[in-house]
Amino acid sequence: MPPANDPAPSVLKSDLTAVELRDLEWSLRQPRSLFSFLMSMLTGAATIAALFPLFSVLYLLVQKGIAGINLAWFTDLPPAAMAEGGGFGNAIVGTFIIVSIATFISVPFGVFAAVYITEFGPDTRTAKAVRFAAKVLTGLPSILAGVFAFAVVVLATGGFSAPAAGVALALLMVPTILLTAEEAIKRVPPRMREAAVGMGATPTQVVGRVVIPTALPGILTGIMLAVARAAGETAPLLFTALFSEFWMSRSFPAFLPKTVGDLMKPTASLAVMIYNYSGSPFDNQIAMAWSAALALVVLVLFTNILGQALAKRTSSIR
Amino acid sequence: MAAATLSTHTNGAVLNPDDVLIDCKIEDLYYGKFKAVRDIALKIKKGTITAFIGPSGCGKSTALRCLNRMNDLVKGFRFRGHVIFRGQDIYKPSVDPVAVRRHIGMVFQQPNPFAMSIYRNVAFGLRLNRYRGPVGDKVEQALRGAALWDEVKDKLHSSGLALSGGQQQRLCIARAIATEPAVLLMDEPCSALDPVATHRIEELMKELKKKYTIAIVTHNLQQAKRVADMTAFLYVDTTQGGRTGYQVEYGPTEEVFENPKEKHTQDYLSGEFS
Repeated sequence: MPPANDPAPSVLKSDLTAVELRDLEWSLRQPRSLFSFLMSMLTGAATIAALFPLFSVLYLLVQKGIAGINLAWFTDLPPAAMAEGGGFGNAIVGTFIIVSIATFISVPFGVFAAVYITEFGPDTRTAKAVRFAAKVLTGLPSILAGVFAFAVVVLATGGFSAPAAGVALALLMVPTILLTAEEAIKRVPPRMREAAVGMGATPTQVVGRVVIPTALPGILTGIMLAVARAAGETAPLLFTALFSEFWMSRSFPAFLPKTVGDLMKPTASLAVMIYNYSGSPFDNQIAMAWSAALALVVLVLFTNILGQALAKRTSSIR
Repeated sequence: MAAATLSTHTNGAVLNPDDVLIDCKIEDLYYGKFKAVRDIALKIKKGTITAFIGPSGCGKSTALRCLNRMNDLVKGFRFRGHVIFRGQDIYKPSVDPVAVRRHIGMVFQQPNPFAMSIYRNVAFGLRLNRYRGPVGDKVEQALRGAALWDEVKDKLHSSGLALSGGQQQRLCIARAIATEPAVLLMDEPCSALDPVATHRIEELMKELKKKYTIAIVTHNLQQAKRVADMTAFLYVDTTQGGRTGYQVEYGPTEEVFENPKEKHTQDYLSGEFS
């Protein structure tokens, strides 16, 4: 309804119909414009509210964690109570080793399962069951993965170890890798498969030479996301790797253990170090926990950003 | 070298140019319960271009895809008849469809290069066949054969997807001919292209038939008239409930166009549809 006593040009009468079309001026007095404006404001406010916790966490971490940053963080062992200096070099190495083991286990399972449920038996019962199980597993409380690996690996091998932690994290990574790889493979245009088949490619060649290479950026993104999630997990590690205040083997730099035997011992990780040291009564250890937290977040953030960058490359091959 | 290793299934028969390369007879063809095509019988001679024309849904593409067993991918595909290629029925249980497709290549309606470089697109078939010779030479030869070399020789390692539609289609032709198959099937290769690109592909087909035998599906009657030596006209039979395509007429293109024997052909070619 246009204002009743508003004269001529604000209401444009259509030449063809009796319908009165509203004038062209944008005005908040129009209920629709007002509603649209308010909704835009609301979504903007919600976005800021959603980002606020993220940035406040980051701010807090940098504020508390950056103090006393130095190279020793990355090369030294965790400090004793009330000692000067110290770092979390062994925890970084431990996290790296545990996550690597988890990746080596979960990537083949996840990617091959994704290939099966998309390429070879998309409508079979197996595929449906696998897809369903993977979706359920994404919601698995991570502590249960730890309990599982405790029962299967720790008890069987007789002690806490890096491989036990790798199994626990792999359990959490497989569903993410599987489901993102499935999506990436599904996005490969069918006409590329058809082209390969038309060239006389065997099913293995179609998958190995066309489908997987084309879907690779998307698959890598899924792997990165899974790695980033696994690197920050604490609960499963408490049951499996526990913690160590020492280097894995005596060699330095201890980026890799000297023998397999070195792996079969309690292993340090950033996540468990944060957990242990944040509860310490000593200020120097609490400060070290903040620093380890900052290091972990930077690591995870970097992995995530790498994943996003790879995802962008996927969308550009269309 | 590649040609020699690729043509081991000839049964030693010596072919003279007039010989029939493909003898195709489709008695009936089903997708599940749906009878898609019936009663197609045609012999394709070496070094000719054969066109399949007819209205939409008449089974032109289906018939074409029978010739290199692409229909095997369709769920519920059943086939009665034979496709004899160089004296061997490619539907014999002992025949490997993958091997068939290496002898009978295909170019699709939508240009479908792989998401890799131009060079690797063309080398794809060579790698599949474990070609040990100089791959670079073969790639150049194929790209020249597809009249694309001059346009891409300076950017062989950029993505095949960055080319224009017409160039992509010629890239797909280069990819198909790199392994020197005996037959090239083309499923409406120009329908996604503009008239200039279409003209180039048609010129290319006339050039290619010196070396390859070509079968093409086309909606464009003028195109069939321009390039094809032989033309098969297919039509849709709706009398038995479904929509089953069948062959109305097959013969030299001139005869089919100038002097069609069947009423359906006359009507279709003159633009009168029943």
